This record gives sequence, structure tokens and C-alpha cells, in this order.
Amino acid sequence: MLKVDGIEKSYKQGGLFSKQRQKILKKVAFECQHGECLGIIGESGSGKSTLGRLILGIEKPDRGRILFEGENVNDRRVRRGSISAVFQNYTSSINPFLTVEEAIMEPLKAQKKVEPGMQIKVDTLLHQVGLDSSYRLKYPHELSGGEAQRVCIARAISTEPRCIVFDEAISSLDVSVQIQVLRLLKELKQFYQMSYVFITHDIQAAAYICDRVIIFRDGQIEEMVPIEQLKHVQSDYARRILTYLITFQGEDQG
Amino acid sequence: MNIVEVKHLKIWDANTDKVIIYNSSFQVKQGSCLAIVGESGSGKSVTCRSIMRLNKPWLRQSGTILFKGEDINQLSEQAMRRRRGKNLCMILQNGMSAFDPSCVIGVQIRETLQTHFDWNNKESERKIISAMESVMLKNPQEILNQYPHQLSGGMLQRIMIALALVLEPDLIIADEPTTALDTISQYEVVEQLIRLRERMGCSMLFISHDLGVVQKIADEVMVMKDGAIVESGHIRSVFTKPKHDYTQFLVSTRLELSNHFRKLMQGGDADAQGGWDRKVL
Repeated sequence: MLKVDGIEKSYKQGGLFSKQRQKILKKVAFECQHGECLGIIGESGSGKSTLGRLILGIEKPDRGRILFEGENVNDRRVRRGSISAVFQNYTSSINPFLTVEEAIMEPLKAQKKVEPGMQIKVDTLLHQVGLDSSYRLKYPHELSGGEAQRVCIARAISTEPRCIVFDEAISSLDVSVQIQVLRLLKELKQFYQMSYVFITHDIQAAAYICDRVIIFRDGQIEEMVPIEQLKHVQSDYARRILTYLITFQGEDQG
Repeated sequence: MNIVEVKHLKIWDANTDKVIIYNSSFQVKQGSCLAIVGESGSGKSVTCRSIMRLNKPWLRQSGTILFKGEDINQLSEQAMRRRRGKNLCMILQNGMSAFDPSCVIGVQIRETLQTHFDWNNKESERKIISAMESVMLKNPQEILNQYPHQLSGGMLQRIMIALALVLEPDLIIADEPTTALDTISQYEVVEQLIRLRERMGCSMLFISHDLGVVQKIADEVMVMKDGAIVESGHIRSVFTKPKHDYTQFLVSTRLELSNHFRKLMQGGDADAQGGWDRKVL
């Protein structure tokens, strides 16, 4: 469904007249199937967020193509209503002047799909992300991190997209809230039959939700494995991440 | 012997009269590490900053905070300033905002060291370089001539630890030092913090919401919720047999995540999991 075909991206480095360019992505190619949750795991600076922005069409690749259902995502008509995004910093991704209701309706307005019965739709969406209709008239600063992120998710699913890109969407939440959001995402995926591209540095969260993970390093795909095969990763880097991971041990395990 | 004793600490906002910390009492024993866990907004950071007296001026605090038998609340600003850094050292979450972005690392470190010791430039440089080497920073000389934005979060975090090594404080307060880091640098920073304690035998107050890291580093743990301490005790007993509902909730959510991961790592078979755990651990 989503096909990333040999994309490259570099940014200008240094001063105003500098010709030096830093390569962020080097010949990245992968595919994401219908209804699949694809995890992209990488450390900070590995280029995983750039990849996310390219998939969303916010930026254009220097070389290569990204195809969604066979059409290039550079065309906004391909993206509109089909690809959504949820970002890490929930405080800055909702317009502070809009109420929750307006924020959720924003993408629908952009699609010119606003109808009189919209209020009911907002209620249903809020309900689906585990909030009630009393949140409709609240402003973003009145929400906690978890609630704000839920509003972002409600906004992302409002157009019933076929694919959502999560860029570190749960990383700045508390672990207890993370698990609630992850459970919610699993339910929603089932309900709407969506694909997820889940960009994160947290392997445990990725393991919880993803069907397949890409280990990303220095702008390249280090390894791509189905999640059940995670323990059999081959590359040194992937093995190192797994051994260095600090996990929590409960009763009878310490 | 307790290095820090906090009795009936109450913190409130003078503008709105909202109480942030109700009535906290706890101690940090000499040479031990106390972890404070809780969700965001539970008052962990405010508690720690009250020990450093670094809260915003409109946050008022009452009660007694005894540091080596001396009440911190009664000290003058000048006396407090001499203690910060030398006696009480803080490692912050975000390395980017902990350093001054407009001057190179070396200048800031020299400035800090020369406030507390009468070393000349050469001597302070020599000391910090050997400390930076011991926290696995490569090319310390080069790092000293770089600006904070040229370094990664994990490196800045380790520079702060190196600075703590040179200052040899009595108490280190680490406020979410590993939260903003990725897996590998998180591991390295945690290792360095453990070694720091081993080497200097100092006490530590460690704030985190990551129970995995807390379990690795701390001796005792204190669980906070909405400005109150709900449970505290030895790390093993609190995490294996949590008494309070809230602690149980925190532990169970965390376990859900890591158990799923562990199951995956050993084959996805629930029966085999028990066997694996016993074999490895």
C-alpha cells in the first residue's frame, strides 16, 4: 500500500554559502502492507523523523519516490484524508486558540466535509479515544499530556485515513499512560482497518504494537524483521540495542 | 546517618494558594540512593528543587530540610550558593537547556570549577579531562571547545556527570537524567551513574518515571502521587509486593509492556517464559 522506493535526502550544512550537504537518508526502500503496523526504530539523529516527514509529504525527497496506493505522495490530493499524523510534542501540535471540538474538526473542514451533524461525529470520536463529550469545549492548555495526545489521535482518525504516521507519539508520556494509549491504538487499528507507521526509539513499545520492525541507523535500514523474529536479529547494532535495553522485572523474576 | 532529612515539607503557589506538596517527610541515608517515582505532575521535581532551593520565587516552602544537620531553609542566598555544586549537585534532564548555548563547554566548566576551588585554568582543565575520560567521552579536549548544540544529549549528560565527579558533592540530585535519551546512551549514562556512586560513595536522589532504570540504580524508592507520598520502602519489597493501589497500577502497567517484550524475545510461549526467567536470572 505504502511503498518507499529508494529515497535519498540531504540537508545543507554549515553557513549561508556553504555547499556542504549532510546526507540524512541513503537509499531507503521498504513497503508497508494494508492493515500492518510497521515500526521504525532508531536513535536520535538517525533520520527516522525525516523519513516520517517525507512519508507525510511535508518534505520532498531528493531522489526516489514514495507511493501511496500507487500514486506519489507529493500530490496533496493523494494524501488528503488518507494519511494522518500524530507527533511527539502534544502541547504544540494543537492550535492553542481552538477548542478540542474545533481541533478535531479541523481536518474535516480542510476537506470541506463539514455537515450539520458534525457534533455527533465529534462525540463519537472523543468516545472512541476514551474521553467524554465534556472535553468538547476545553482548550489544549486544560488537558494533561495523555488527554492532549488522545485528542491528537481523535483528530488523526477523524478523516478515517488508511494510514497514520506516529512520530514518537508516546515517548513523552508516562509509562502508565503509554500503555493505555498503545491499547487504544490497537483497538482503533482493528476498528478502522488502518496501517500504522510507528516511529520510535523505544523497542518495548514497538514490540507491543508492531507487526514488523525496521531498525534504522545513520539513514539506512540496518535490518528489517517481523516482530516474532526480533530475538533472531543478525546485525551487530540491533543486537547491541537489545542487550543494552533496561527492562523492568517484576515478582519472581528479580 | 542521614545526609538529608526532610520534615513536613509543604510547598504552595503564593499566587494562587494552590498547594503542590502537602506534607512530605523523608530521609536519604549516607551513601544510599533514594528514587522518587510517579507520573508527571506528581511533584517529584518540585520536591527535589526545594532541596536545592531552586524553585520559582512564587513557590513558597515551609517545614525543615536538614542537610548534614543544617537547615537549608534558614541559609542566606549567598551561603546556599556556595553549597550548590560543591555539596549538592544536580544532573538535569535536558542537557541542551542545562548549558549556556552561547559559550563553549570548556568555559562553563572552568567557571563552575573556579567558583568552588582555587585552581588555575590548567589545573581545572587537567581534572575535567581526566573525569571526562572516565565517563567514556572520547576526545575531551575537542569537546571542551565545542558548543552545546554540537553535542548529543547523551554526551551532554555525561559531561554533567563528569563535572559531578570533579566537584565530589555529598549529594547528587538526578532529575530524569535518562528520559530524553535513546536506548544505548541511556544504558551508558545509567552505568556511569552507578560507577559514580561506587567511586565516591556519595548519596543520590534519583527521579524517574522509568521503573526499569530505578530498579537498576536505587536502593530505596518513594512513590508520589498528587503531591503526597503514597508508599516508600526498600526497592525490592515495593516493586515485588506493592501495597498501595497506585503503586500496583504503576508496576502492573510497566510489567505489561516488559512482559510482552520478554515473551517475544524468548519465543512467544507463555509456558516457556517462566523457565527462561529462572534459567537466565
